[in-house]
Amino acid sequence: MIDKRCPSPGEGVADIHDGATVMIGGFGASGSPIELIHALIDHGARDLTVINNNTGNGEVGLAALIGNGQVKKMICSFPRSSQSKVFPRLYEAGEIELELVPQGTLAERIRAAGAGIPAFYTPTTVGTVLAEGKETREFDGRAYVMEPWLKADFALIKCETADIVGNLTYNKTARNFSPLMCMAATTAIVQARHVVAAGGIDPEHVITPGIFVNRVIEVPSPVHEDELIAAGRSYP
Amino acid sequence: MSVGWNREQMAARAAQDIPDGAYVNLGIGIPELVARFVPEGREFIYHTENGLLGMGPPPADHERDLDLMNAGKKYVTAVPGAAYFHHADSFSMIRGGHIDVCVLGTMQVAENGDIANWSTGAPGAIPAVGGAMDLVQGVKKIFVITQHTTRDGAPKLVERCSYPLTGPGVVSRVFTNLAVVDVTPGGFQVVELAPNVTFEDVEQHTGATILPPA
Repeated sequence: MIDKRCPSPGEGVADIHDGATVMIGGFGASGSPIELIHALIDHGARDLTVINNNTGNGEVGLAALIGNGQVKKMICSFPRSSQSKVFPRLYEAGEIELELVPQGTLAERIRAAGAGIPAFYTPTTVGTVLAEGKETREFDGRAYVMEPWLKADFALIKCETADIVGNLTYNKTARNFSPLMCMAATTAIVQARHVVAAGGIDPEHVITPGIFVNRVIEVPSPVHEDELIAAGRSYP
Repeated sequence: MSVGWNREQMAARAAQDIPDGAYVNLGIGIPELVARFVPEGREFIYHTENGLLGMGPPPADHERDLDLMNAGKKYVTAVPGAAYFHHADSFSMIRGGHIDVCVLGTMQVAENGDIANWSTGAPGAIPAVGGAMDLVQGVKKIFVITQHTTRDGAPKLVERCSYPLTGPGVVSRVFTNLAVVDVTPGGFQVVELAPNVTFEDVEQHTGATILPPA
């Protein structure tokens, strides 16, 4: 029987190499795989390109990974946060690159990679500076901008329940980009609050089918970014 | 004598123009207040782009779920009949023309319907766009709620936006503290004046040609 369980976050991220492209699930604090991100900080891979909607909060999770100097480039839609000083400091010092992508285009570029579609046309950014230098084309009399797929070597994902063959369910708005990132990454690494036997999730309720998932790590009581920040924590 | 509408009154006025049963996306700031002023007998279904249709009001502290947020990263609830979905589905609702009304704040709006609400374009500023460009291109009707002028008194309704555009020619109606203004092929057109505001007041604070109420 297929069994995708992996014993610990540290072993889960052990083969992430310097220069890797890493998608990290989550929208702000909800769905952020804090234990996997902290394992990546312990692991120490550098020159990473990281794809997430934001750039982290406080000095934990994604903000801590950036603050630790491991990220060469961020691809995101909204790099500002009232709670984050880490990214702005590095950006203003010219020590980190930024590729700004509108949120819906970011989601669709990731989905397209997972679906084997190298590019698509979207009305988003038409007539704006973010469309400059990009191919545009008219369909039915309206202009559209071409956007390429967005792939990654690894995805770090938080889910609610996983079974041992990699089927996943999520909790509420913690789902956000995660199902798309599982599809678009060569290796999807998932932390789950509960890991159950095959058959433990009703097939009708599966959100991410196991074919898109490579490793499942049980993290029974995951910490939440907002709680860490409220407690004044930093990492490492 | 009070002149014009306050933030709540602007939001309440905008809510009057949203039809019963509409799927609605509310931007951060004054637009969020629209949810407090749903006209008697109407129901709006709120979409938040991080993956929830059927968003409800903020929870009591003891009912807070850390995994249930809105696009402004504030804790919210889900109403009976709500649905969760991933980001590609969420933006299919937006880009695919399934959302009826989006209410946004703005820095500038131009007489041709151009909107600029994501960046001042100042050198060194960190650009952040979020879902604004997807919303203005995809949602059927774009409403704007904004003070008529900036804190310094500069007009926000202008002939051409000086800030980088979020989208060209997309705004249909603007609700300000002074008036309700339509974007028409002939330019800005006042459709309603706020209490104790004259057309001349509006004209004086507008940076473009503006037509009086018909």
